[in-house]
Amino acid sequence: MIMPKILQDRIIAYLKQGKRFDARKTDEYRQIEVKTGISNNAEGSASVKFGKTEVYAGVKLSAAEPYSDGPEDGTFTCSMELSPMASADYELGPPGIESVEMGRIIDRGIRESKFIDFSKLCIKSGEKVWAVYLDLYAVNNDGNLLDVAAMAALVALANAKMPVYNEKEEKVEHEHTNEGLPLNKNAMAFNMTFHKIDDHIIVDPSKEEEEISDYRISLAACYDENEKPRITSIQKGKEGAITAEEMEKILNLVELKLKELHPKISKFVWGK
Amino acid sequence: MAGKSSYTKRTDGRKFDELRPIDAKIGVIPEADGSAMYKSGNTIAIAAVFGPRTLHPQHMQNPQKGVLRINYDMMSFSVPDRKKPGPNRRSQEISKVTEWALSQCVDLSEFPNTVVDVFITIPQADAGTRVAGINAAVMALAHAGVPMKEMAAAVAVGKMDKTIVVDVCKEEEDYEEGEGATDIPVCYLSRSKKLALLQLDGKIGVDELKEALEMGKIACEKINEIQVKTLKGETK
Repeated sequence: MIMPKILQDRIIAYLKQGKRFDARKTDEYRQIEVKTGISNNAEGSASVKFGKTEVYAGVKLSAAEPYSDGPEDGTFTCSMELSPMASADYELGPPGIESVEMGRIIDRGIRESKFIDFSKLCIKSGEKVWAVYLDLYAVNNDGNLLDVAAMAALVALANAKMPVYNEKEEKVEHEHTNEGLPLNKNAMAFNMTFHKIDDHIIVDPSKEEEEISDYRISLAACYDENEKPRITSIQKGKEGAITAEEMEKILNLVELKLKELHPKISKFVWGK
Repeated sequence: MAGKSSYTKRTDGRKFDELRPIDAKIGVIPEADGSAMYKSGNTIAIAAVFGPRTLHPQHMQNPQKGVLRINYDMMSFSVPDRKKPGPNRRSQEISKVTEWALSQCVDLSEFPNTVVDVFITIPQADAGTRVAGINAAVMALAHAGVPMKEMAAAVAVGKMDKTIVVDVCKEEEDYEEGEGATDIPVCYLSRSKKLALLQLDGKIGVDELKEALEMGKIACEKINEIQVKTLKGETK
């Protein structure tokens, strides 16, 4: 994306007064909208919007052979598609580094937080386990796709119903049980991305803000069983480097935003 | 018609010439220059239009007029068995036949060396995704303000055993009794009433095909009315 210098200067001039183009404060998120069950052939699906940025997420399950290092564990694959539909900046073709990175951050966030209990996804030890596919599609990019996609992932996983497994024919039927995926509610870590522009740390960036920032840092956090904040994944991106004071400020923001958003996001994910 | 058809009642109770319930909307993708959603029963298509914009690489440019480029794709979870993300032979063919059809609608003579990109995606599939994609794409092109000579609407006509029906759903597509299912996606131009897309998969007699095309034409006229209403903001 080509950013005129004048726009960049204006964004910084606004931030110096603690303002943003859409009248938000530096630590304020856009309005979050969630829809579940947007695709009836998926085991679980959701669309999530932060302002105008929108991501579709869908979960599909199939039966597969387990990996040798986990004969009783289900498998997990997560992909993020940055469709050229979502922005004039994206082109057709094999996934570029941006979509690979986002897919991997979300993949690790879910895998390492133990949000999915893979040990409960065994069909027959050493032979058949459930393979969980989580596919994310950017539909409209107006900034902060990663946080939106990561949240859509949580909602779609929580929305999923296990399909019926036909043991006799050893195949998955196109019908669903009432049972959801084995999820660990305590491990519902959600992603928060911070960008540094000028001397300011902002949350939920717009597309223009993303473009001119020095660096970004994405942290996924949840509360553990003792109600203590736990960080489950971090990715620092772009060339800029973080000072100790900035890191301190960011971690304080993480605690603050976690407290503010956790109840809200829990409601979207679990429906209560 | 020779002999009786085993298909006397549609699986979802519709009349033979009845379309599934339609929902249509424009402006669903604000980043695009034009966009639309078209829903027919359980099939949903979204289309986004970008352009006219400069076409790269340069050797693909046409100095006489702008180029129309269509990309059709399904979301991996839109179908019962997960489809691997990314293009495949089927999606490439559908993109091309859609491109041929829609090239009859747009007039890009004022935009040499540019491209108008149309991206069609299917979040939920219940048969008839290419025709739903066309219906969404036509609205998205109009919404983008791309000059158009006329509009187009598309529908999948089907023959279940010996019965001809319009707007085939997945359950009908899998009909196996008698002569089985024949799938005939058609796209009619709104003004000239010409056929801009025609494919057929199955087995059909000449007279039956004539009847199928006539039913398809009438169905497309109904769809076009909804497209126009949606664009004028007269629905809901």
